[in-house]
Amino acid sequence: MYLDYVIRRFGVMVLVIFLAVTINFALPRLMPGDPIEAQLNQLMASGGGQMGDVAAMVEAYRSRFGLDQPVWMQYVAYWQSILRFDFGFSLANYPERVSHAIAASLPWTLGLLGFCTIVSFVIGTWLGGAIAWPRTPRWLRTAGSSLLILSAVPYFLIGMILLYVFAILVRWFPAGGGMPFGLNVGWNFETLRGILWHATLPAISIIIAEIGAWAIGMRGMLVSVLGEDYITLAEAKGNKNRRIFLRYGMRNALLPQLTKLALTLGHIVSGAILVEVIFSYPGLGFRLYQAIQTKDYFVIQGIVLLLSVSIAVAMFILDLIYPLIDPRITARKS
Amino acid sequence: MATTTMPRRGIDLSAFGRNRALLAGIVVLGLICLFALLAPLFVDPSQARVGVTVPRRPPSGSNWLGTDGQGRDMFTVMALALPQTLKIGLLAGLISLSVGVALGLVAGFVGGIIDTVIRTASDVMMTIPGIAILVLVAANVREMTVELMALIVAALSWMVATRTIRAQTLSLRERGYVQVARLNGTSGLKLIFIEVLPNLLPFIAASFVLTVSQAMLATVGLEALGLGPQNDLTLGMTIYWAQFYSAIIRGMWWWWGPPIFAIALIFIGLMLTSIGMDSFVNKRVGTQ
Repeated sequence: MYLDYVIRRFGVMVLVIFLAVTINFALPRLMPGDPIEAQLNQLMASGGGQMGDVAAMVEAYRSRFGLDQPVWMQYVAYWQSILRFDFGFSLANYPERVSHAIAASLPWTLGLLGFCTIVSFVIGTWLGGAIAWPRTPRWLRTAGSSLLILSAVPYFLIGMILLYVFAILVRWFPAGGGMPFGLNVGWNFETLRGILWHATLPAISIIIAEIGAWAIGMRGMLVSVLGEDYITLAEAKGNKNRRIFLRYGMRNALLPQLTKLALTLGHIVSGAILVEVIFSYPGLGFRLYQAIQTKDYFVIQGIVLLLSVSIAVAMFILDLIYPLIDPRITARKS
Repeated sequence: MATTTMPRRGIDLSAFGRNRALLAGIVVLGLICLFALLAPLFVDPSQARVGVTVPRRPPSGSNWLGTDGQGRDMFTVMALALPQTLKIGLLAGLISLSVGVALGLVAGFVGGIIDTVIRTASDVMMTIPGIAILVLVAANVREMTVELMALIVAALSWMVATRTIRAQTLSLRERGYVQVARLNGTSGLKLIFIEVLPNLLPFIAASFVLTVSQAMLATVGLEALGLGPQNDLTLGMTIYWAQFYSAIIRGMWWWWGPPIFAIALIFIGLMLTSIGMDSFVNKRVGTQ
């Protein structure tokens, strides 16, 4: 049964990747006119002084896509270049390679997102458990429940308010960027402090909004776990409240909470993109925003493809892990 | 349903009292809609054009919400942008709900290969990060309009409704009265429309709220990235322009504050309604 399940999830992942690459390939070709000429002409018209050798670029793209060849051959060639992580050149910062641009901004996004997801998972899960637990002090439950409302507000709106209050009104934190200007980057305390200082506000805006989502899931889960017969048995046996809460309640409610991680992954990534824009944080989201501003089509394509593929792979890995840690999931699926 | 005293107490005491949430959500959304319907009647649309008023003015008696960096009266902008934003959300919600209900009904009722195809398609679509595809499509469209925006967003938010309706159809199909109707020789379409669909209404309503909220989230996100309708006034585009002209750093809170407030209010209203409806729908399941 587990094998069937794995094959099915693997099929979904392959389909997603196939679809993402195909959409990437097809969209510009469905548009009327020559995409490369149009882009370059537009850039020239807007007076890009550092365009480099335009004719050479057009030539490079033509040979890269083989635009004179039949569509299916172009499609095969496209797959070949994708598999080599070759996404072409940036139009706005020629001759920078798209893969290079992505590699430069990826660590920022991974660091920020990874940190925020872990922190908000821990706080949110604990908070949701506390709200559902009947013996929690009333003030904590009221305060916690009102915090849940924040999960409805898009991340970047919270970011804008934080930016205004803590970087403009009181200047505790920097208004943007990933590290202090002119910082000598190295493995030292100065660098670490600069990076953390700049990451604080973006991180808080993601965490505040994300806590609520985790807490809501955990609350619902714990409420239904507390209705199970084994909780009544644990009470009857005279277990301490604390033990019932942690060992009988939280522990059983926690596993399905992990399932939610897969479903919210896409949501978290899209939310973080806009937070990066608000704080000019040098990650993938801000790079995407810049690429949209300058109509840097190949950078847009590269980032979008990377996001779709990595989310598909991450979800597949999570799907593989669940049944191993929570046998109930395999039972339900089969 | 397990009945112990503990979870009951947990639910009743929580701040999200069941029907209070629904009531609060509907009141919030109702007030927003009322403003969106009435406010445009009382403002002069020309005040929302670039350069009509003195730019960068904080709120005052003549400009209730101040003026933005390009000389638009912010109150007029808000009055005109709110209906447009709601229109995109509702339109996208309606389109994807119809698609979702149709696919869910077919998948649940017909089963077999068709069910597998629809289920796999919705699984795949749920995995693809919506905003990524939206960015690609929006970046390729020559000129974005409110209607096109709704259509694009709808294409990526029909899955929730499909899943919910499919699951419910599967369970309704096996109910006694449906079986009886089937044995009486009721044809397929009649079975769907007379026996099944009316019983799905609460679930359709709940999916509608979820779908609208998802569509609005995608819309506002796209617009804030600068991919929205450039020539229309919407809340997301207002935020985009505020961000584009660094309104936050320039301390012009009256430029970005009102759209943020309105968007946050819409989402909180939708969330409360959704929570309220969820308990209502689930209660219904419990009694049947």
